[in-house]
Amino acid sequence: MGRADAGGPPRAGRGAGALIEIEDLTVRFGGVTPLDGMTVRFESGTCGLIGPNGAGKTTFFNVLSGFVAPAAGRVIAFGDDLLAMAHFRRARWGLRRTFQTEQAIEELSVAANVALAHEHSRQGSRASRREDVLGALEFVGLGDVDPDVKVGTLGARERRLVEVARAVVGKPRLVLLDEPAAGLPDEETDHLGRVIRRIPEHMGAIVILVDHDMSLVSACCEVTAVLDFGKLIAAGPTGDVLRDEQVVRAYLGTEEVEEAA
Amino acid sequence: MASIATLDRATRVRIAVVAALLAVLVFVLPPLLSLYWIDVFTASAIYAVVALGLNLLMGRVGLVSLGQIAILALGAWVAARLYAGTSIPFPIVLLIAGLITTALGTIVGLPALRVSGLYLALITLMLAGAITVVLTATNFPNGGHGFLGHTESATGSTAIRRPALAESDPGYFRYTVVVAALMFLLALWHIRSKPGRAWAAIRQSEPAALAAGVNITLYKLWALALASFMTGVAGGLLGPSVGKLYTFQFPTRDSIILLAVVLMGGIYSLWGALVAGAFMKLLPAILDSLNLPADLLTILFGVGVLQVLLTAPAGLAAQLPKDLARLWGALTRAGRRAPAEERAH
Repeated sequence: MGRADAGGPPRAGRGAGALIEIEDLTVRFGGVTPLDGMTVRFESGTCGLIGPNGAGKTTFFNVLSGFVAPAAGRVIAFGDDLLAMAHFRRARWGLRRTFQTEQAIEELSVAANVALAHEHSRQGSRASRREDVLGALEFVGLGDVDPDVKVGTLGARERRLVEVARAVVGKPRLVLLDEPAAGLPDEETDHLGRVIRRIPEHMGAIVILVDHDMSLVSACCEVTAVLDFGKLIAAGPTGDVLRDEQVVRAYLGTEEVEEAA
Repeated sequence: MASIATLDRATRVRIAVVAALLAVLVFVLPPLLSLYWIDVFTASAIYAVVALGLNLLMGRVGLVSLGQIAILALGAWVAARLYAGTSIPFPIVLLIAGLITTALGTIVGLPALRVSGLYLALITLMLAGAITVVLTATNFPNGGHGFLGHTESATGSTAIRRPALAESDPGYFRYTVVVAALMFLLALWHIRSKPGRAWAAIRQSEPAALAAGVNITLYKLWALALASFMTGVAGGLLGPSVGKLYTFQFPTRDSIILLAVVLMGGIYSLWGALVAGAFMKLLPAILDSLNLPADLLTILFGVGVLQVLLTAPAGLAAQLPKDLARLWGALTRAGRRAPAEERAH
């Protein structure tokens, strides 16, 4: 398999200093192993994480968020041991995420949704909150939406963007986006792609993008890692990875996948 | 905090409605009512505060407690003991009663928060039962000696004192309304600020709340503590309003009835707590004055909860304005049609 080459762990990024190091991450639910010795580095910019359904992508996000405790492995982010932190403290550290099924809080206004992350993850002072919140809304392209309207009254596209704004407000360091384009029509996915591409340079954060939309992944991510049955099967520049034979097989489901099943 | 000038129209209307309601309750109502009805309104205001605690827990955080009446009883006990045994000023006694029930609510909450839903409801119900047992054994302080402050002799007992500026029944009613209004303000302030945003996130999705950095355990405990505080203060108001307290005034089943009226009033709006307070104390008095049996209430509440669950999950507080608007629409349509029909004949 592609993981753990002789020359060290596969790199899903360029540049010298590794910023997010995942080492031998393993998760077991009873007899199932959704993550099996995942070792990878995410170094900068926007990194893709793809794989067929059930490959372990969301489980990986859940480990980083603290919802799932791994059986083994380490996650070192910017030199800090992420897994040693209580889950709500990881947001203060700078970890943010969106969810596969969008989780904008319906009862709160657009601004309050973003303010929630700003104040609870202690991203800035009370005085700067309104400005930071409006800045994040502007950044995701919701500048023309009334910030005081309740999220429950918004459409699917705007709710997604509210959730993204919540993930980028303040000073995020690692942003996990779990299928942000699911259910969105093409032109809205294009807009989302432009927003995602701008996160690293504007916020200085590393973005990990999970999506099944390969055009979104190729448009946003310089580098991509591929999971299949909990194992990392490829990592590297997105174009190369998407042409990799093993990856194509995993997606098309030919013999080797069936054997593994 | 926005100044009045920058508030939108709906908020200004809301502030005006609340101010008018308070003015009616404090100035217009007392001279119009007999002492009996003033006492009924005082009890309704006190139970509106108790309902407010459960309204916050259920509507904002999604926690169900069936122990609120026991917390009310504890608050009433502590306050009665302090009124009888000390000369601590009235507002401070209310505060102490609230703080002691806060401590109890938090201590119970710590282990109870590991469970939720039906199990939390059961644990709080058991607590309510336990407190009732203890109260039956100790009785309420009524001017007797010793720590318990209870005496069996009718001559040795004294009525619980009232604040000097509110000795009369109308005066005490006004005092109660003001304290209740402060509790509603406290609730509103919480909902509009950091804890309210945390609670809204927790209720919809705990993972989303965690991802935003919300310390879920802290804010759930905070909600339990706040609800317990309000209920304790309400308990402190209760004793002086009735003069003497007895264990039978706090049956465990009242906690279940409280849940029903809070659901009927509506858990997603603070108005729902006012409606619930009226259901709890005003409605029985009205039925009584019409010579209808009190058991009718149980049936009414049963039907009411069913109706709420099936057709109006936001409760009466949300349903009433909608129904009134619909009624108004129907009346104006009928009004327009009637002259037209006259012309046709």
